[in-house]
Amino acid sequence: MTKELFEVKTGLAEMLKGGVIMDVTTPEQAKIAEQAGAVAVMALERIPADIRRDGGIARASDPKMIKEIQESVSIPVMAKCRIGHFAEAQVLEALEIDYIDESEVLTPADEANHIWKHDFKTPFVCGATNLAEALRRIGEGAALIRTKGEPGTGNIVEAVRHMRTITTEMANLSVLRTDELMAAAKNMGAPFHLVAQVAETGKLPVPNFSAGGIATPADASLMMQLGAETIFVGSGIFKSEDSEAMARAIVQAATFFDKPEKLAEISEGLGKAMKGLDMVEINPEDRMQDRGW
Amino acid sequence: MTDRPEYDNLTIGVVALQGSFAKHAFSMGKLGIKCRAVREPEDLKLIDALILPGGESTTMTLLLEEEGLWEPMNEVLKTMPVFGTCAGAILLGQQIDDERVHCFNRIDYKAERNAYGRQIESFKTSLIIPSMLDHDFHAIFIRAPKFREIKPTVQSLAVFGADPVLMRQDNVLVASFHPELTEDPGIHKYFVDEIVLKSR
Repeated sequence: MTKELFEVKTGLAEMLKGGVIMDVTTPEQAKIAEQAGAVAVMALERIPADIRRDGGIARASDPKMIKEIQESVSIPVMAKCRIGHFAEAQVLEALEIDYIDESEVLTPADEANHIWKHDFKTPFVCGATNLAEALRRIGEGAALIRTKGEPGTGNIVEAVRHMRTITTEMANLSVLRTDELMAAAKNMGAPFHLVAQVAETGKLPVPNFSAGGIATPADASLMMQLGAETIFVGSGIFKSEDSEAMARAIVQAATFFDKPEKLAEISEGLGKAMKGLDMVEINPEDRMQDRGW
Repeated sequence: MTDRPEYDNLTIGVVALQGSFAKHAFSMGKLGIKCRAVREPEDLKLIDALILPGGESTTMTLLLEEEGLWEPMNEVLKTMPVFGTCAGAILLGQQIDDERVHCFNRIDYKAERNAYGRQIESFKTSLIIPSMLDHDFHAIFIRAPKFREIKPTVQSLAVFGADPVLMRQDNVLVASFHPELTEDPGIHKYFVDEIVLKSR
């Protein structure tokens, strides 16, 4: 793939910075999200909390439903395909989705390979739990990385773990001598040229967002202060008591993440956040973050 | 700091509510010019010129109004030099056909949002900007707008196909693409040298 095309792909992610991307399942929710100030919506049939509850195989959404959401808003529309399911991704590209999320929220289609994302003109976002995983996805062509967190839990603990892990691992690389980078790449299992690039710049070569468990304005602030440039909110909005108020508040929190007085004001009287799940309540085999590698 | 002493006392404000504001500050930083993030009305008192970055115009409209920035910005923009890119260029135009997006009416055109189509139609191209640069400029267009009903008061500085993509009206500069995403700070330099410094 040409450098030009990659810049166009990361370019849209640059425009989403400082914003909130919201999961929506209907055109009505998409409109609520847009009116609340979302920079993009993620169109999917079931939000992660419901996928977790319902079980079964979670697949890419019905194109009809995606089209209805595309027609209902003017902001970018993203959609998810299964890990490794490049045919679902091709369908999403044919629908002119603005960003494809190769997502662990859906049931993986390939346990060995992720999609070769360079083959697509549509940009991809992928989840990561650590730096090596992020760099493998970027090596495959992802133009945007997000923490996986643990989707559908309303529990921020895993997103924090993933973001801290990624930033610490980047810092560790930046102090290495050049002659130590090949060994680092080998030990990490990540492409050498990307390892070398992170060592030099101290940051990911693509924008770095956060997803998986964000349920309150303070959660959004926490992730932004830990280095996230934009926030994905999945179940946190439409599983809360007052979705519109929560959506607006999280949008404001993504802008004023470093102003506690402002956050106090924003957080006031929002009603109940989603109930959420403690990690000990989740069976190890039900953890979505362990899907993909 | 720089070999341009006239840059030393300049502060360019970048509206930092959402979008590519950090990239604009980076472009100005390359020229040795300092920027200030504008998120509250008080920030407007400390700047010599303003940049409205790329991002989502619906989100920016909402945040500008909720934060009480709209009115004070509307006031300072009556005289202050301003540079808008993509969503910023939309907000600087005349009222557009979308009630969710409001406009400052600082340049005489109507913007059509996402006029090239969705992200799959986004692209990079080389622009010739004869009045500004002696080299081609690599312009990145992301879900870019087009401009209609452009009045003669507006000077076109570069076109792509038949469409003006870089325009100036008095001390207002707009681009439908994203100069902040390119390594070349040439357009930012033009804004400072030809508009900001000359309007002081």
